[in-house]
Amino acid sequence: MVTDLNGKKFLLQGNEAMAEGAIAAGCRFFAGYPITPASEISERMSFRLPQVDGTFIQMEDEISSLGAVIGASLAGVKSMTATSGPGFSLMQENLGYACMTEVPCVVVNVMRGGPSTGLPTSPSQGDVLQARWGTHGDHPVIVLAVSSVSECFSFTVTAFNLSEKYRVPVVILSDEVVAHSRETFTIPSADSIEVVDRIVPNVPPEWYKPYEDNSRGVPPMAAMGNGYRHHVTGLVHDSYGFPTERQDEIEAFLKRQFRKITNGFFEIQITKKINIEDAEIAVIAYGSVARSARRAVAMARSHGIRAGLIQLVTLFPFPKNTVVNVMRQCKAILVPEMNMGQISREVKRVNTGLTEIVKYNRIDGQLITPLEIFEQLQKI
Amino acid sequence: MISGMTQLRHKYLRHHKKFPHVWCPGCGNGIVLGAFIRAIERLGLEKDDIVFASGIGCSGRMPTYVDLNTLHTTHGRALTFATGIKLAKPSLTVIAVMGDGDAAAIGGNHFIHAARRNLDLTAIIINNQIYGMTGGQASPTTPYGAHSTTSSFTNIEHAFSIAELAVAAGASFVARGTVYHATQLDKLLEKGISKNGFSVVEIMSNCHVQFGRRNMMADPVTMLNWLKDHAVSKDNGSSMPPDSLQDKFTIGILADVDKPDYIEEYKKIREKAKRD
Repeated sequence: MVTDLNGKKFLLQGNEAMAEGAIAAGCRFFAGYPITPASEISERMSFRLPQVDGTFIQMEDEISSLGAVIGASLAGVKSMTATSGPGFSLMQENLGYACMTEVPCVVVNVMRGGPSTGLPTSPSQGDVLQARWGTHGDHPVIVLAVSSVSECFSFTVTAFNLSEKYRVPVVILSDEVVAHSRETFTIPSADSIEVVDRIVPNVPPEWYKPYEDNSRGVPPMAAMGNGYRHHVTGLVHDSYGFPTERQDEIEAFLKRQFRKITNGFFEIQITKKINIEDAEIAVIAYGSVARSARRAVAMARSHGIRAGLIQLVTLFPFPKNTVVNVMRQCKAILVPEMNMGQISREVKRVNTGLTEIVKYNRIDGQLITPLEIFEQLQKI
Repeated sequence: MISGMTQLRHKYLRHHKKFPHVWCPGCGNGIVLGAFIRAIERLGLEKDDIVFASGIGCSGRMPTYVDLNTLHTTHGRALTFATGIKLAKPSLTVIAVMGDGDAAAIGGNHFIHAARRNLDLTAIIINNQIYGMTGGQASPTTPYGAHSTTSSFTNIEHAFSIAELAVAAGASFVARGTVYHATQLDKLLEKGISKNGFSVVEIMSNCHVQFGRRNMMADPVTMLNWLKDHAVSKDNGSSMPPDSLQDKFTIGILADVDKPDYIEEYKKIREKAKRD
């Protein structure tokens, strides 16, 4: 049995590539619960993790899956879970816990049609704003969206890196098309992948304050059992981790949560630009729709339409600067989505009369095709 | 000369900022905390090697006061976090303390699956038969016919027997004690924590403020006497006539079986995964 897959070429599903990306990023714990169309991630992790001295566990539901993932991360092991809409709804409670306690972890949501049981085997982008606002309370999050097998690998690595660096849960939104499409993919060699690990304290245990502010707003994180005994709670806490109701401590704590993400905007807000330099019309797309949009932009160019594409890899924090810069040069922006308009709301929010925003929405469980986007570009 | 108990207090309770605690005067949680501290002291465990996790409720505040690796999780989910910690670092001794609403209502599914899975964790369940922190609502262990703020006209639901549920779900070690039988409690906790596999220690406790007050037992002494009168030792119970046991509960060790725990089994999985 080959356990070292680095540098080898495979015909992989998006879901399988995501599992490989996680392992390459150093993930050694996975807890999950079966759900279509995300189950292949669990299946591959159950097979691969024991090969690399990691641990896979199938839990009794998605609530416990994320609970176990946070627990493992607190003990110092990079951890991930994967689910789809109904399970993602169940995870919202513990997702908030991970935000509040600043525990790095990666949560994959392979989007399917909703609400409720919805369309288990059809793609959708209906969970975009849930990923942003699903857990209660005011909180910053990082949400990435992937559009291909190779992105499933590379941006899963990115998700772990951002999660470790900023001590936040990172949500990866995939969808049924990306998850189940197979493409040839060469797993990169380990030395070609940048892997970021959380910063651990270098002070003696008696000096350690687990939630003390610093210039980055990201305190070093001690693993449980490493001598730095401290308290972790979902209550708002002071710099020692103990519950507090003092107004000055509450505000300082919550503002730090936002500041640490805001400080990292330049690095966190990832976009891909195609033919944007001279574009008159831009498409803003993400996930599997971005693939259709890539093709549509090429079709438009061959018909003399100066079209371009901004693929949003980071959905939240919303890459405002990139989008606004493109707004300044374009007469119109088309936002195709497999929902009734979730990212287009964000695009409209940052548009201060700079350009016209055109939505194109499809919610019949089918992927938006290149031809549909091309036709919309012709109309504009 | 410092007494033994004072020494333990200094060794295990957090000194700065955390006292007075949130529990009402006369609450059984203090007796549980004392028994827990004596148990880990007797087992000779290092503080750095113990994780003490809780869910939400009065019991959820217990880890805050103890100088261990402590974790106050979401309601009912303590065992799920404990599962992740134990699997990530099997050398740690992982103990979860929960209430009856925490473990048997919102966390009921996690509880039975943790027992079935037989991962080496210890679940301490403080059963005061009521939701105390939220103001005295009926819980899954509130007795039939009792009064609570959500069963003003008496409770028409029947109570879970938590320890028996754990036995049926496959826990390696199951015991029940009470805060009245305090010396027995030390030993039950010691055995539960040292047992390899999933252990459950259910502790019948008093909430005279939220349960007793509405059920004609408004002070701790009356409630402790109620615990004394309704507890039947495992050894004596079998010789008593069944009619006399109807409103009683058994205390002592209800199950103690040896079987491979999840970590041992998973080691074999890793070997297979690398070999095949």
